[in-house]
Amino acid sequence: MVMNKNRRFITKTIFSSLIRRRSRIAVALLGITIGAAVLLGMVTLCYDIPRQMGQEFRSYGANMVFIPNNNQPTMTMPAIQAAVNLLPSEKVLGVTPFRYDAVRSNMQPYTIVGTDFSQVTKTSPYWQITGQFPTQAQQIMIGVDVANMAALKVGDKMMIAGKSKQGSRFEEEMTVTGIVKTGRSEDGFIFINLHDLSQLLEEDEQAEVVELSITASENELKQYIDTIKSNSTTIDPHLIKWVTQSETSVLGKLSSLLYLVTLVVLVLTMICVATTMMTVVMERRKEIGLKKAIGADNKSIAKEFLAEGLILGIVGGIIGAICGIIFAQVISTNVFGRSIMIEFYLIPLTIVISAVVTVVACLIPVKRAVEVKPALVLRGE
Amino acid sequence: MLLDIKNLRKAYPRGKQTVAAVDNVNFTLQDNEFVCIMGKSGSGKTTLLNMIAGLLTPTQGKITLNNTNLFDLDDNAVSAFRNQHIGYVPQGSSLLPNLTVLENIRLPFYLTPRLGKQSLAYAQTLLEKAKMSALQDAYPANMSGGEMRRVAILRALICQPKLIIADEPTSDLDEETAADIMQLFMDIHQQGTALLMVTHDNDVARYSQRVLTMAKGKLNEN
Repeated sequence: MVMNKNRRFITKTIFSSLIRRRSRIAVALLGITIGAAVLLGMVTLCYDIPRQMGQEFRSYGANMVFIPNNNQPTMTMPAIQAAVNLLPSEKVLGVTPFRYDAVRSNMQPYTIVGTDFSQVTKTSPYWQITGQFPTQAQQIMIGVDVANMAALKVGDKMMIAGKSKQGSRFEEEMTVTGIVKTGRSEDGFIFINLHDLSQLLEEDEQAEVVELSITASENELKQYIDTIKSNSTTIDPHLIKWVTQSETSVLGKLSSLLYLVTLVVLVLTMICVATTMMTVVMERRKEIGLKKAIGADNKSIAKEFLAEGLILGIVGGIIGAICGIIFAQVISTNVFGRSIMIEFYLIPLTIVISAVVTVVACLIPVKRAVEVKPALVLRGE
Repeated sequence: MLLDIKNLRKAYPRGKQTVAAVDNVNFTLQDNEFVCIMGKSGSGKTTLLNMIAGLLTPTQGKITLNNTNLFDLDDNAVSAFRNQHIGYVPQGSSLLPNLTVLENIRLPFYLTPRLGKQSLAYAQTLLEKAKMSALQDAYPANMSGGEMRRVAILRALICQPKLIIADEPTSDLDEETAADIMQLFMDIHQQGTALLMVTHDNDVARYSQRVLTMAKGKLNEN
């Protein structure tokens, strides 16, 4: 009870001292608030960036491929579907199968590729298409090199002849609905719906390569690969390393930059708090000297200033955490175009870090305070 | 004997020379004695007072207060000892502006832990005796110089010390206010507290039982 009264008296002394120097304390509080806001905002962004950037990174194209295992030429669609089912559905953006075969048109050899056009845009968003994807039977899309060589444009007819897997010959007149340009091997291919190709080839739907676009980090992708390998004997999953490594590298650099900015802001916060508290100590030299003269020991002087620092740190941390959430939300909305997911445990962590940073910043001013010589300051030196 | 000072000396370097602000001072103070030290500015009075209060370390000599050699104690122990045994009234205004009169008086009580004791009732009694109860919730900014000095004296009493040390307690005050202050000191003295006061006001010195004079660091009995 008596100790509570003592504590109440000391608390009142500390608060009244803070309020009395409110303009100086407001400067320190502003510094701590900015530091805490940047800390929470940046760390929240660092946590959320892989999720935020996941969609943007997918413009690089697929980041995983399935190829047949055990020297088999193709994979069946049920086996592919079973492997895809092992992946978290919310992270799978697109699964595009590719089936390759040789055909002739006007005596020229071409590679025809059966695929699922509804998935191609998801795994290969960089394809530039003039016209549109085939939507019906007897429709094809051709690469830009094929179009140039055969002098074809959208809407033209193209005769395609080949041999089915059962040994019979086919010859079909197809309508070109679109011309694709990728700058890669796709420019020399003829694309057709996988279902239509399997009918021409008189076989079940199957694929030689499946490209997958998944919003996941390199480590998560490696885990998915291990899961598929341990569950499927016919499918051999692989990372597309240049894509995943680019993503990891970009994310790493971005995170490092954000953490560096946060560190710099925290150091600046410490300097701001230390400078303000140093001024406060200088202003209160006579008060400190007086307290020492009437019996205060160094520990109680130090405790008082550290308690002031702690209060500043906690109050600044709370205001800063609120501002940080708004700050992160505004950045996320403006830069990534979607709202951010707040990790709520970061809020108390930010307040604790603010309090620690402020108390550490107060150490030098506190040292100055305990060094005050009452005999000197009380006679005005 | 409450206070025993032996061969006390405090020297400061001044350029290439060393100047003794207090030079080989010896004196004693009995329980319930009222002693004034007079002297010109720069004679070493305040330096002597600060050493007796444990605020300055002497170059040589010994101060025994209530059978304790002050300089055998470490910094924190000196602070606690001063808090419990010495009431210190500094020169000039010495109240904390952010605390009320009552809080200023109670402040020394909270600077050293005192389990099971309270200061509120005693602080109110002190204010009542000094006829200042009406001011208990006032802040120093709304008080006169004389009122602030009297509050500083009451603050020195809150821990019920055996000795009160006052440095020029009536400086810058008019005669009437100075007389009020000295009456307060006389009341304190009559209740059994020893007083050691530094002043250069002869009217103030007349209240004391013994007057010592200080000149060039030397202390002489009048």
